[in-house]
Amino acid sequence: MKFNFCLISRIFIFFLIIVPAFLNAQDNHCVVKKSPFRLSMDSGKKVYTLQCLTCHQADGLGAPPMNPPLTGKQILGDKKKLIGIVIKGLDTHEEIDGVKYQNVMPPHPEMKDQEIADVLTYIRNSFGNKAVSVKASEVKSVRSKLK
Amino acid sequence: MVLLLASTACHGSNSSSAALADTGKIMQLTPPKPDVTLTLPDGFRATVFADGLGKARHITVSSGGYVFVKLNSDKKGSTIVRLQDTNGDGIADQEIDFGSFKGTGIGIKNGYLYASSDVDVFRFKLNDDGSVVNPAQPEKIISGLIARGEHESKSLVLDNNGNIYVNIGAFSNSCQISDRKNGSPGIKPCPILDSAAGIWQFSASKLNQTYADGIRYATGLRNVVGLDWNTSTNTLFVMQHGRDQLTMFPQYFNDKQNAVLPAECMYEIHKGDNAGWPYIYYDPAQNKKILMPEYGGDGVKTAGEDAIDPVVAFPAHTAPNALLFYTGSQFPEKYKNGAFVAFHGSWNRAPEPQEGFYVAFVPFSNGKPSGKWEIFANGFSGGADKTASGRAIHRPCGLAQGPDGSLYVTDDSKGTVWKITYK
Repeated sequence: MKFNFCLISRIFIFFLIIVPAFLNAQDNHCVVKKSPFRLSMDSGKKVYTLQCLTCHQADGLGAPPMNPPLTGKQILGDKKKLIGIVIKGLDTHEEIDGVKYQNVMPPHPEMKDQEIADVLTYIRNSFGNKAVSVKASEVKSVRSKLK
Repeated sequence: MVLLLASTACHGSNSSSAALADTGKIMQLTPPKPDVTLTLPDGFRATVFADGLGKARHITVSSGGYVFVKLNSDKKGSTIVRLQDTNGDGIADQEIDFGSFKGTGIGIKNGYLYASSDVDVFRFKLNDDGSVVNPAQPEKIISGLIARGEHESKSLVLDNNGNIYVNIGAFSNSCQISDRKNGSPGIKPCPILDSAAGIWQFSASKLNQTYADGIRYATGLRNVVGLDWNTSTNTLFVMQHGRDQLTMFPQYFNDKQNAVLPAECMYEIHKGDNAGWPYIYYDPAQNKKILMPEYGGDGVKTAGEDAIDPVVAFPAHTAPNALLFYTGSQFPEKYKNGAFVAFHGSWNRAPEPQEGFYVAFVPFSNGKPSGKWEIFANGFSGGADKTASGRAIHRPCGLAQGPDGSLYVTDDSKGTVWKITYK
C-alpha cells in the first residue's frame, strides 16, 4: 500500500509540475503564432506599465481627483481624440463625468506609431473596456495632421 | 424668505450657483452605520459622527460645539455643513447646510467662521453661541488667488495677532518645462514661486484683499493642505505634499526608490522661510536635502543650503491633508501639544503598494518633537488590500478639536466624520 501511495504521488506530481511546465514551454514556442490583436495587447501592456501605470494605476481606474480613470465612453469612443491626447498631452482640466481632474497629461511625441497603437489597443481592451483596436496607420494619420 | 435668500446668494461669492440651500432649515439626522472599524490606542473610541456629506475636506468646531465641515462638492446647492449633537451621544443629530462655494479651508477665530473656495476666502459672522449670523451673506476678505488645475485647494489657518495664512499650491509637480514629462528639465529660476508654491499672510479682518495686500510669508512649498498655528511656539507649522514621479528620471530612480522618496515633510515656518521646492527634495533615509533631477540632481548630490530642514519626515506620497496641534485635556498627557496628521493616502507609489490612509501622532515637548511619530488611527481604507491598491473606502482629510477635547476626523471619499474620544 505504501509503495502504491508513493507511486501515485509521483504520478500526481508529474502531472502537477512536469506536464504544465512542458505545456508552458510549448506555449512559448507558439508566441509567433499569436494573433495581431494578442501581440498588440502584449506590447501595449509593456508600454502601459512603462508610460501610464504610475498615474492611471495597474487597474486603469486612475487616482481621482488627480488622474482620471481609463474607462467609459471617453476611452471607448473617438480613437483620433485619444491618439491626439497621447501625442500632444492634455492640460485643459475639463470635467470627465462630472469630475475635474487636477494633474496634466504630458505629451508623448517621441512614442512610435506602433507603441501608441498598442497601448491604446491595450487600454481599450482592459479594465473592463472592449473596443476595436487602434492601428499604427491611424496614429500616423492623426500625427501628420497635428504637425 | 427663499426668494430673499436666492436674491442675495451671489453676494460676495464667486459661484455661478444661483440658489442657496440654506433656509435655516434644520434637518434631523438618523444615526449613521459604520462601514469600517478603526483601530485606536487603548482607551480611545471612535463613533461615526455623520456620513454621506460628500467631499468633506477641512473641519472646525465652535466653542458652543457646532461642527462646521467644508465641502469640495455640492450638497443640494450647499457647500458648508453645520452639525450638532444635541443629546450628547457622540453622534450628530441636527444639520444645517449653507455656503455657495466649493473648497477646502475652514476655521474659526474671534467670532468669525472663515472658509475658502479655490480662489477666494470668505468669513461669516458668528453669534455668541457659535451659530452663523447670516449664512447667505459672507464677507469676501481675499480674492483672485491662483488656481490652475494642480494643487488648487486654499487651506487656511489664523494666528492670535489678526492674521490669516493661506496656502497657494504650485500648479506643477516639479516646475519642469513640460509638467510631469519624462526627462523634462526644470525652469530656473522657477517662475511659479512669484505667485504660488508658498504660504501667504493676509489680514483676517480687511475686506477685498488681493495678492498686493498679502505677504509671501514662506516660499518653496510645493503644496500644503494641512497646516496649523502652534500656540505653544506661536509659529506656523505646515505639512508639505512632496513631489511625485522621480521615475521620470529612470537613470537615477527605479519604482522602489520612487515609492519611498521623497519624505512628506512637516516644517516649522518663520516669516521669510524657504523650504526649497522645486530645487530640492528631502531624502528621509539619507536625512539630506537632495538636488532635484530636473535641476541636475542624481539622487546623491545635495543642495538647498538656504532651505529649512523639516521638523518631521513622514513616508513618501502619503499626502498629509490636515495638521492639528492638540491642546485639549481629554486625551492622556502624552498627547498634550503634540501633532495629529491626517494622511489622505498615496497613489504615486504604483506599481509598489500604496500607503497612508491613517491619522498619525507626533509627541511634542517644548515646541519640538519629543519622540518618533506613530499611527494613531487606522482602518479608514477598509483593509490591507484596499490600502495596497489605493482603492480605500475612506480617505482622512480634515482634523478638528472639539471644546471638550474630542478629535474629529473627516473623509472626503464618502463624507464621513468620526469623533474620537478617550475613556
